[in-house]
Amino acid sequence: MVDTVDNPFAPTLVEQKKERVASVAKWTTFAMAVSLVVPMLLIIGLIIAKGFPAISMSFLLENPRQSGAAGGIWGPLVGTFCLTLVCLGIVAPIGVLAGIYINEYAPDNKMTRAIMIAVTSLAGVPSIVHALFGLAAFVTALGLGKSVLVAGMTLAVMTLPVIITSTREALSAVPRNFREACWNLGASRWQTIRTIVLPNSISGILTGVILVVARAAGETAPIMLTGAVGFKPLETEGIERWLPYHLGDDFMAMAMHLNTISRDVPNMPVENKFGSALVLLVLILAINSLAVGVRVWLRRRKRW
Amino acid sequence: MDKAPVTSSFRASLPRVFEKMIEFLIRTCGWSSIICVAAIFIFILREAAPILPRLNWVEFFTTTNWRPNPALGNTPHYGALALIIGNFAVAIVSMLMAVPVGLAAAVYVSEFAGDKTREYLKVAIEILAAVPSIVWGFIGLTVLNPLLIKYAGAELGTNLLNGSILLALMSVPLIVSISEDALRAVPDSFREAALALGANRWETVYRVLFPAARNGLLAACMLGVGRAVGETMAVLLATGNTNQIPHSLVDPIKTLTATIASEMGEASTGGDHYRVLFVIGILLLLITCSINLIADYVIKGAKAKANG
Repeated sequence: MVDTVDNPFAPTLVEQKKERVASVAKWTTFAMAVSLVVPMLLIIGLIIAKGFPAISMSFLLENPRQSGAAGGIWGPLVGTFCLTLVCLGIVAPIGVLAGIYINEYAPDNKMTRAIMIAVTSLAGVPSIVHALFGLAAFVTALGLGKSVLVAGMTLAVMTLPVIITSTREALSAVPRNFREACWNLGASRWQTIRTIVLPNSISGILTGVILVVARAAGETAPIMLTGAVGFKPLETEGIERWLPYHLGDDFMAMAMHLNTISRDVPNMPVENKFGSALVLLVLILAINSLAVGVRVWLRRRKRW
Repeated sequence: MDKAPVTSSFRASLPRVFEKMIEFLIRTCGWSSIICVAAIFIFILREAAPILPRLNWVEFFTTTNWRPNPALGNTPHYGALALIIGNFAVAIVSMLMAVPVGLAAAVYVSEFAGDKTREYLKVAIEILAAVPSIVWGFIGLTVLNPLLIKYAGAELGTNLLNGSILLALMSVPLIVSISEDALRAVPDSFREAALALGANRWETVYRVLFPAARNGLLAACMLGVGRAVGETMAVLLATGNTNQIPHSLVDPIKTLTATIASEMGEASTGGDHYRVLFVIGILLLLITCSINLIADYVIKGAKAKANG
């Protein structure tokens, strides 16, 4: 009985074919998306598997010896830490204030558009060109010498657009009527920014700052011409063994260390290479997850 | 009414002075990006300037004879053609892999995926974007290198294909996130109209969303190219550093970026070699800046059109 009556809503041949195409397309795009995830998991898994045996307290706390072939990674770790601190100390205030200017003060005119174009162009400058800039401006023109300070300044220029963009986004997420209410109470522009806009956007700004830390800790090209060295014999005793660098010294950094040991150092145990890569990768991913955490926290705390 | 109105005094004017100072500071910092861009151009040009009139430009752009440190008595040659071709070859091959995968992944994330899957995929893509370029280079050198020798029949595992695979993985997150933004920027009414006319999900994507988001998708690909052209560490470690025009996918090459990174250390400050490397820097700066500015213009144009 049921079989004899045609279902008037049954898909026609053309419709069936269209559905098939759609489903093929859906699964193809899915496969493409998965093909991004799989190599990532494989690579991270491989680095963990091969690098984990090398990780020990002495590996983390010893300074490299024999051009990096033996010993641990304490020196490069401290170098990366100092470098990031210098970079952050320079770029965080300037970048946040620049973001405040663009979002809160800048009139809609040609000058502001020029500033925006500058931010876009700065973000697109290749890292090796930043290295050339650091070399030309700070080392050659200012005569500062290749050092932690110069490398930090170079990284600060490189990360400036990151922090400007994220600050601006965080500020523009604060609704306009918050500001208007504050102005109506007689507050000035700066009072409004200080008491209303900044407290409501602080987590967004923080996310940007954390991303800058991750970027600064992972970059190699800008520091390799401006102060980072592949290997530097360090003191074995006293405070210098633990805090080896002054602001004006050349230094070792994790990223540069990985570059050196993966190319220039022969007869090095493979676990130690993977160990260094693992430490750098975990460091960067941990900093990034901190940024994600702050973002989630922001979303929960949001009151509008 | 028991208090007298506050008269203007030094105390009362202090906050205003402070406010003027902080606003001055904010304005100054607002200019920082312009100052930085100008400084980059000026200082790099300043280092390159002495050689600009002397450099044999025809040789620079048309020959592959790159001999910055010749044997005593011979003149150095600066023919960068192989470097330029190498740079673009690795960028183009990587885009051939990254663009289809990136666009498809963006379509899946934006149009097909459920909320949970979307979140997971986005986290994965963010992790991919966070891996530093030196770690990619390390992976190319230690993981892809033996694989390519074994399965692709390459003599040297560090070659054009190795670098391209790494660059593809590095630039895919950028392509996905910008394409996804572009697809999401298409108003839902477009999708609803297409579905109401009887189109299924894929037809909506193919016939409605792609044309509507065309500019954004184009810009995503261009920014991917910009990223690939300017990348240094991964190609330095993974492409073999051989100054030649590649004839096959598994030929080792050398790029402009890797040349600067590997030769700047041995070039004496102020010498010709040093200055030619700065000329290469200017070339890179011009290429990437124009790619980025055009992409930015394309995105802005798309937004202006969408807003009416």
